[in-house]
Amino acid sequence: MSRTFEVAPGDAVHPGDPVIVDRYTTGARINHWITAASLVLLALSGLALFHPRLFFLTSLFGGGSTTRMIHPWIGVVLFFSFLGLFFRFWKLNLWKREDGTWMARLRDVLTAHDEKLPEVGKYNAGQKLVFWLMSVLIIVLIASGLVIWQEYFAQYTTVEQKRIAVLVHAIAAIVIICVWIVHVYAAIWVRGTISAMTRGKVTGGWAWRHHRRWLKELVTGKT
Amino acid sequence: MTNSWMDIGNADVVWIMGGNAAEAHPCGFKWVTEAKHNRGAKLMVVDPRFTRSAAVADHYSPLRAGTDVAFLSGVINYLLTNDKIQKEYVKHYTNASYIVRDDFDFNEGLFTGYNEGTRSYNRSSWEYVMEPDGFAKRDLTLSDPRCVYQLMKKHFSVYTPEVVERITGAPKDKFLKVAEWAASTATGDRSMTIMYALGWTQHSHGAQNIRCAAMIQLLCGNVGIPGGGINALRGHSNVQGITDIGTLTASLPGYLAMPTDSEPTLDSHLVKRAFKPLQPDQTSYWQNYRKFYVSFLKSLYGPKATPENEFGYQWMPKLDIAYDVLRMFDVMHQGKTTGLFCQGFNPLMSVSHKAKTIAALSKLKFLVSMDPIETDTVRFWENHGEYNNVDPTKIQTEVFMLPVTSFVEEDGSFTNSSRLIQWRWQAADPYFESKKDIEILSDLFLRVRTLYEKEGGKGVEPLMAIDWNYKDPRHPSSDELAKELNGKALVDLKDAEGKVVRAAGQQLATFGEMRDDGSTDGVQWIYTGFYGPNGNFAQRRDNSDPSGLGVYASWGFSWPANRRIQYNRASADPEGKPWSEAKKYMFWNGQRWTGPDVPDYVPTIPPERAVGPFIMNQEGVSRLFTRGFLADGPFPVHYEPFESPVANPLYPKIKGNPAARVFKNDMEVFGDAKDFPIVATTYRLVEHFHYWTKSVHANAVIQPEFFVEMSEELAREKSIRPGQMVRVWSNRGEVKGKAVVTKRLKPLKIDGKTVHSVGLPLNFGFIGEAKKAAPVNTLTPFVGDANAQTPEFKAFLVNVEPVPGPVA
Amino acid sequence: MFPPIANPKAEAITPKFGEQDLIRRSASSITPAAKRQTEVAKLIDVSKCIGCKACQVACLEWNNLIEEVGINVGVYENPHDLTPNTWTLMRYTEWENPESGNLEWLIRKDGCMHCEDPGCLKACPAPGAIVQYSNGIVDFVKDNCIGCGYCVKGCPFNIPRISKVDHKAYKCTLCSDRVAVGQGPACQKACPTQAIVFGTKDEMKQWADKRIKDLKSRGYQNAGLYDPPGVGGTHVMYVLQHADKPQLYAGLPDNPAISPIVELWKGLTKYAGLTAIGAFAAIGFLHHIVSGANRVSDEDERNAKRLAGGSTK
Repeated sequence: MSRTFEVAPGDAVHPGDPVIVDRYTTGARINHWITAASLVLLALSGLALFHPRLFFLTSLFGGGSTTRMIHPWIGVVLFFSFLGLFFRFWKLNLWKREDGTWMARLRDVLTAHDEKLPEVGKYNAGQKLVFWLMSVLIIVLIASGLVIWQEYFAQYTTVEQKRIAVLVHAIAAIVIICVWIVHVYAAIWVRGTISAMTRGKVTGGWAWRHHRRWLKELVTGKT
Repeated sequence: MTNSWMDIGNADVVWIMGGNAAEAHPCGFKWVTEAKHNRGAKLMVVDPRFTRSAAVADHYSPLRAGTDVAFLSGVINYLLTNDKIQKEYVKHYTNASYIVRDDFDFNEGLFTGYNEGTRSYNRSSWEYVMEPDGFAKRDLTLSDPRCVYQLMKKHFSVYTPEVVERITGAPKDKFLKVAEWAASTATGDRSMTIMYALGWTQHSHGAQNIRCAAMIQLLCGNVGIPGGGINALRGHSNVQGITDIGTLTASLPGYLAMPTDSEPTLDSHLVKRAFKPLQPDQTSYWQNYRKFYVSFLKSLYGPKATPENEFGYQWMPKLDIAYDVLRMFDVMHQGKTTGLFCQGFNPLMSVSHKAKTIAALSKLKFLVSMDPIETDTVRFWENHGEYNNVDPTKIQTEVFMLPVTSFVEEDGSFTNSSRLIQWRWQAADPYFESKKDIEILSDLFLRVRTLYEKEGGKGVEPLMAIDWNYKDPRHPSSDELAKELNGKALVDLKDAEGKVVRAAGQQLATFGEMRDDGSTDGVQWIYTGFYGPNGNFAQRRDNSDPSGLGVYASWGFSWPANRRIQYNRASADPEGKPWSEAKKYMFWNGQRWTGPDVPDYVPTIPPERAVGPFIMNQEGVSRLFTRGFLADGPFPVHYEPFESPVANPLYPKIKGNPAARVFKNDMEVFGDAKDFPIVATTYRLVEHFHYWTKSVHANAVIQPEFFVEMSEELAREKSIRPGQMVRVWSNRGEVKGKAVVTKRLKPLKIDGKTVHSVGLPLNFGFIGEAKKAAPVNTLTPFVGDANAQTPEFKAFLVNVEPVPGPVA
Repeated sequence: MFPPIANPKAEAITPKFGEQDLIRRSASSITPAAKRQTEVAKLIDVSKCIGCKACQVACLEWNNLIEEVGINVGVYENPHDLTPNTWTLMRYTEWENPESGNLEWLIRKDGCMHCEDPGCLKACPAPGAIVQYSNGIVDFVKDNCIGCGYCVKGCPFNIPRISKVDHKAYKCTLCSDRVAVGQGPACQKACPTQAIVFGTKDEMKQWADKRIKDLKSRGYQNAGLYDPPGVGGTHVMYVLQHADKPQLYAGLPDNPAISPIVELWKGLTKYAGLTAIGAFAAIGFLHHIVSGANRVSDEDERNAKRLAGGSTK
């Protein structure tokens, strides 16, 4: 295996005080935020149509009909946007041996005993899980979403298929929202993370603490 | 109809054959469902197709199109051989006991007196034996071998269930069930109604189909009683009115006859219609013909009609021959017609053999269409591709379209199948520039008359003689015309004691008040009373029905004399007692005839006088043997349609009805079974009304496109897939339509041979909102019934093949 | 004859029911009307139906619907299915009865059944887009409809159709506008054979009993009323000659009920889903409170610096 496997193009270390590490390129960040915005809008509009108590959320989108109309289109945006992220990130999200160890020590993860965890590359097992769950769920959502997209695809499926699709869509959506909560919470809880997606940079200490192997490979790769 | 729509609700057995009431008369069919629901009546349907009527029937039997006489004769044979007849009724109310002349005979399918050259009969032997006193000889024991009853037994004995099956294809058990159910009503306490329509009339032997039905009903004692009768279902809401008013070329209003060339004087016309009774004491109501005729002439010519000038009889046109629709178009085809007025008539769609119709119309100088909608006929000259493939440059006929109001846009009356005259009020304003028919025709009449006045010309005298005395001559009102139909007293009418019974100017209350001396007028005697001295009874809307028998005597006016069931004297036995409590209707109460209806009888004649209940007939009884009144025989005979898949199994040498008229060149274009092995029949669809509603969006939505119905077996044989376009062709032309492959049509075994049928709905043409189609009459043969000349639309031969291409 | 409903008077009539008589309203919780109106029902007697389609035309005309002129595809049904403009459709089935050997042409008028427990209403996410009056009529309220098509999935009879033009759901209203002023539905009015009758549900059941008795006397041993309990009964009922085989009638469901998938979707999933989302959020919140932020220490920074080393600023 190539040693540079754990780093992505554009990742770089800038020695200094503190050390600054480039984690995401501008393109990746734009891509991420489009995806993020889509997902949030989808969650809001989807929840509006999912539970009567949340129907008021349709007013964010200009009413029920526009919500119904716009939701699947946002879904299409999300799908293609995420497809971009997928091609950017999939390699570094492949499962490694140490990911198992990391997962086994989830208690240490949650209690912030990072020192007891194996050194991980650019992504830890949790992030990888989020990535793969998102990938799978988005495929499930887009597929089931197309089946229930009344305006264009109603004639291609039976009512029974639509029923299954709408249920699958709902469950997948709930799961993806939960995954999204984990993702967002992790970003908040692990301080210093958000700057990775806002400015594209993290501090060396953050990289040392959470993605040491990535940092090491960046450094060694650089030397 | 002998009975009324509502009366169908009184039936115990409903037999629909030669019609498809659920399809073509859905609103009237409600009374069938009432009879079923309220009385547990049984419905049986006999039809080449399993129809919408069959869908709600208790029993269905198929038969091959055009073989109704054989089927019905089989039923007659069943009734006679099993003695399932209502004996007393038959003996006293039919001519079963009458002795027929010795020289009358039936041999090899022909009656005595046939002339092959003229395709007609000398009917002189088809007559009763007359006693020296001038009355017909009878044998009330019905045992004389020459009595009608015995002759019938012999005549119909050939129609055994096996023969019926061989000819019609109706499985024996299905046929027998029909016969048994019919026979179950020959009891006096049960009744059967027979409902038919164009499925019986539109044959070269149409009148004989109906004769058979009449005979069955008479044998079962089902005429004149509630829930009985022979009920012709008229298609258009006012088609009964149209026939009543005398639009048939050989008849005048009220079924009076047009004068003919052989009747140069009024007396010569009337003497033929003296109708002396053939038994003592009989009413023979047509003896009053003269009164009705003179009253008609008085209406036509007003004060100009006087006893001295035979009430204007000389001004009447005299017919050389009858100009029925086939003749009319044949004459036109010969180039002998200058102009054609179509008033609510779409002959391109409704006359047989479209190619001949197109050729005929092309020879006209002008064609006028008075219609609320644009008809296919007014576009006959226009090329519509395969649907109407003509060359407009070769057609010089000038076409005028005069838009007329539709029925909702004017006041007037409808006469429905029940002979019920109902007034209707204008519900909408005339559309755009359309005018009422009355207005257009009056205007035309006055303009033509003015032209004649100025310039003179042949026939000017009759034209000037017409009495056109209306408030607004250019626009006589419906009310004025209705009054005129009814008739009025022209002078004070007095009875024998000199008492004035009807003052001058008063409307007549009944046709019994009509006189033959010119003191009354009235266009249409049968309607007299509908607009009598007490006003327009067609406007009555009292739906009370005290008897519960669906009489509704105060709703509208049912001609004649507001009678709902004709021949209703026959609902009681010779002593005047009801045949049964269950069928109690009109009866003798010791003083007079009474009951919920108007007696079809002089109300005060006691039963002892033995005046027959069939008062219109000279015999006073009904005729199982029709003497010389029909052109093709006094008894029905099974004749094949002119185009038939098999030779006549009984009389192989006879093609078609031997007495049916066939024009030159039309015999040649009959197809034979070798090239055209498939039987075709045409019919209407419930979703459409004739050729009108293909121009109505909603109707086009629910039945958008011409189709061809066929059995699964035929489709398989011809490799036709459901919904595929198929070509159907006869020896006269071709049409294309979508294949509707159905279990409702089945191949039949006819005389040992498998015969397929196809069904062709006739409502589609090339004008309107529905998908374009070639008129189905492209295929039909140009031959009509031997008596009525109604074209043979219901049975002819075609072939079928799939049109390559994607399905549906 | 079932006593016909008299024509209305010319003057304006106050509607007999309205907003105040709702017992269900989609995606809303309402207090059902205290007193239920008498339940109404339309009874379709298949054994009396002649398939004339007068009901179809009456429906088009009363509701001002313009349907397209289609084509013939080898059957009598036209249009070929229910559409946003065709709220009722005659469906024809040719069936050879193996017992009698007779052909039967079964003609069923398809359309909304007005279920007592309407699946469409259950599935509908838009408040007030589908309502059920206390007399049993289930009506779509166009102004509130968002065109999502959930009602299609909710319906056990496959009835609602979504318009391609205005993206609203359409189906038979049981002519709630006519019923409100004492009339029967337009289809009932147009039916020439009283195959369609309208009245209170009790009256209809009694009438159906008579019809079933009549059918049994004619040899239809399994004649019966179709008022499926799986949806709590319906306010459109059928008299069937073969009530033991509803499927014969162009696929009329044998035991219709709201699909368990829909029940799961609109039931457990709805509650469990929101709970799960809430739980995840709460757990995160609690976790943060309990364990505090995971901060990068100076030590980490130093280590990084050491690693990145070699090079200095």
